[in-house]
Amino acid sequence: MTNEDKSHSSAEVELLSFRLAEQEYSVDIMSVREIRGWTRATPLPHAPPHVRGVINLRGTVLPVVDLSTRLGMPPVEGDARNVIIVVQVGSQSAGLLVDAVSDILALPRSELQPPPDLAADEAHSFVHALTIVDGRMIRVLDLTAVLPSERVEAA
Amino acid sequence: MSDPMAEIRASFFVECEELLESLQDALNVIDEGAHDNETINVVFRAVHSIKGGAGAFGLTALVNFAHRYETVMDEVRSGKMEVTNEATKLFFQAADLLQDHVRAARDGGDEPAGAEEVLCALEALMGGPKIEQDAEDEVSDFVPMGLSLDLDFGGDDAAGPDGGIDEEPAWSIRFRPQPGLYASGNEAFHILRALQGLGEATVECDTSGLPAFGALDPEAPALAWTVTLRGDVDEAQIREVFDFVEDVCTIEIERLAGGGGAPALPGLPGLPGLPDLPDLPDLSALPAAGPEEDEAPAAQMEMPVAPATGSAPAPAPAAAAAPAPQAPAAAAKSGGGEAASATVRVDLDRIDRLVNLVGELVINQAMLAQSVAEAGLPPNSSVMTGLEAFMMLTRDIQDSVMMIRAQPVKPLFQRMARIVREASAAVNKEVRLKTEGEATEVDKTVIERLADPLTHMIRNAVDHGLESSEKRVAAGKPSEGVITLSAQHRSGRVVIEVKDDGGGINREKVLEKAISKGLVPEDAQLSDAEIDNLLFLPGFSTAAEVSNLSGRGVGMDVVKSAITSLGGRITITSEAGVGTTFSISLPLTLAVLDGMVVHVAGETLVVPLSAIVETATLMEEDIRSLGPNTNVIHIRGGFVPLYDLGAELGYRHPKDSYVGDIVLLTTQEDGSRAALVVDAIHEQRQVVIKGLQQSYGHIPGVAAATILGDGQIALILDPPDLVRSASGRTRNAA
Repeated sequence: MTNEDKSHSSAEVELLSFRLAEQEYSVDIMSVREIRGWTRATPLPHAPPHVRGVINLRGTVLPVVDLSTRLGMPPVEGDARNVIIVVQVGSQSAGLLVDAVSDILALPRSELQPPPDLAADEAHSFVHALTIVDGRMIRVLDLTAVLPSERVEAA
Repeated sequence: MSDPMAEIRASFFVECEELLESLQDALNVIDEGAHDNETINVVFRAVHSIKGGAGAFGLTALVNFAHRYETVMDEVRSGKMEVTNEATKLFFQAADLLQDHVRAARDGGDEPAGAEEVLCALEALMGGPKIEQDAEDEVSDFVPMGLSLDLDFGGDDAAGPDGGIDEEPAWSIRFRPQPGLYASGNEAFHILRALQGLGEATVECDTSGLPAFGALDPEAPALAWTVTLRGDVDEAQIREVFDFVEDVCTIEIERLAGGGGAPALPGLPGLPGLPDLPDLPDLSALPAAGPEEDEAPAAQMEMPVAPATGSAPAPAPAAAAAPAPQAPAAAAKSGGGEAASATVRVDLDRIDRLVNLVGELVINQAMLAQSVAEAGLPPNSSVMTGLEAFMMLTRDIQDSVMMIRAQPVKPLFQRMARIVREASAAVNKEVRLKTEGEATEVDKTVIERLADPLTHMIRNAVDHGLESSEKRVAAGKPSEGVITLSAQHRSGRVVIEVKDDGGGINREKVLEKAISKGLVPEDAQLSDAEIDNLLFLPGFSTAAEVSNLSGRGVGMDVVKSAITSLGGRITITSEAGVGTTFSISLPLTLAVLDGMVVHVAGETLVVPLSAIVETATLMEEDIRSLGPNTNVIHIRGGFVPLYDLGAELGYRHPKDSYVGDIVLLTTQEDGSRAALVVDAIHEQRQVVIKGLQQSYGHIPGVAAATILGDGQIALILDPPDLVRSASGRTRNAA
């Protein structure tokens, strides 16, 4: 959260963008810890479908979220082409399984627009801003809504 | 780290805890009937040291309390007051209150209530408000001297009276800075402080060089100092202090004839060799020496006045005379004891980091072993033998690191002693707590998390376990009830027992109650053990009437779940008229676990070895269906429910037939059994526990995770939880 706050105060924001089922998403780069290649995750029993399982991140147990499923799209295959973005929000870390990482974008905060309020689509509650870069629409994810613990606590 | 004061303060409180512990120990010894001077001295010294430290930090409330306590102990020490049972009880209460005071001072809480009553009771025992008067005076005298009291923490006690001040050389050092001294970044204050570090120093400031204010050059030195230094120092050592300033100041070092011949009065004019010190006789002028010097003279002023009472600023001089010779001897003794078991205080975080790193090492070693095995090297190759040695070393390191985290249960037991005192007072019973195996070491986390359940069990034992004094006497037992708290290592686990010599569990009443609460069917035929275990059921409370002690809405079920969450088990044995014993068995550590690595539906799982009773291969005649969705197996003359791990965990659909499959027979705290179907048993090994709670949250049936040799994560099962959360779901999952 502190990282996000920091970037909120500055005029410019840096986003890490990635592809997910032919759509482009992004997260604030300040919350990204590292990017890893695909490793098989150990499935967790009784977990919601979007929780892919846990992986070993240098000795710590890291839950991995299949972002695609989380956003209501078909699950990511899970092979060598996929990557896991390790993010941290507050004290919580998690891996986001995505198709591929595409770019790092630096743009003025003023170019971020709130998404239109027609949230029939589940994915919209996870998107907290939209922006257009080179004619492509980039969705900025709200990580606190995406991470698994929120769901576990709510359930 | 940034605030040195905070650090000193923190270490003062750590010290307080240790002193409180030794205080409790000594009181226990006294309670057992030993009234020797040495023990009473320990009590006195502990209270005194706390008072001293508290004075230095300006903790007035603590100082006042400790002071009055100390005054009473001093009376005892000087033999003016007798140690009766009543007095001992009050000593204990006062010690508890002292602890509360320390905690309040540390955490900024409120002062504990009831302090005044206990103190008044103590002082009444001691007799006479006159001493009370003394006490008040002493307090006010005492506070301004605060800093000098750090002497009490070191060996200075011993050095004071018999340190042979008289034989030590004394030096007079005149030190006058020249302009260059301050310009070159030196500071007279530091030099004076360094001199103080060499021995007992009396510093005087010579202000004669001070010009009129108008003529004052702010950058030029105007003050000079005369330091009278006593101690085992030679001139070279003194010169060394001035090493860096030699050329920018004037130094005169003189050896005083007769050494500290007049140690009590260093300010007397007749000191030879110091003819040119007009200020010397006037000690009262010292505080004028400059703001930075305030502390030093204050500290020094006390020393000459009371060199022999370093450890005993007793109110009555007559009393001081007697204890003085004992104090140094005692201090020397305890000093010797400490040297024998030298300890280092280490931040817990660092140890945890080490534990984690060793955990990594274990995983890494397993990975290495696996890849060597995969490389197909012959078993007698040097790599293999080297790896084996590596494995042994890793295991040794792991054990040693776990030892660091282990702590004796003694402080925990001491807390329980207090609970017994308070609880027995609340229900008006005479209770004595006996402790055994206080030195038994358990993981620090286990100890911390054991405090609450143990407190509850002790309260229960006092309230429900022991009968009232009248009933005890009627039953031919001594009126004083005994609760025994013991700890011991038993086959890789720690067993802690809470035993009372009360009336035992009234099984009829328990059963009746359970039936009336609808916890068991009315016609249930239960064995004694089963009835005893009813106590652990949620919603069960044995107290017929709710006393102000128990019955706070917390039952034995909470105790049980707390113990279970520590990987422990709790059992009851009870005999009518003889007593009840609760026995807690705990793992030595929470960081590693012996587990059986099994495969289920392509996944690797770890089942804690402690839960497994036996393994078996299922024969057709073993399996019996019980309704459409449930199977039981017939084993060792009993029927045990069958759970398919793969299905329970959602890895696969239940199979049609389990014939030929391997089952793990597990047992739970209540003795009930369950059979878990697995595909294969891989190996049995020690695994490092990695919590899931923080990163993900609780998963039903899963205790934690671990990292296997191939770097993959495997889940560690919690069989009782699995059975609980899965009951009946085995076949329905499909």
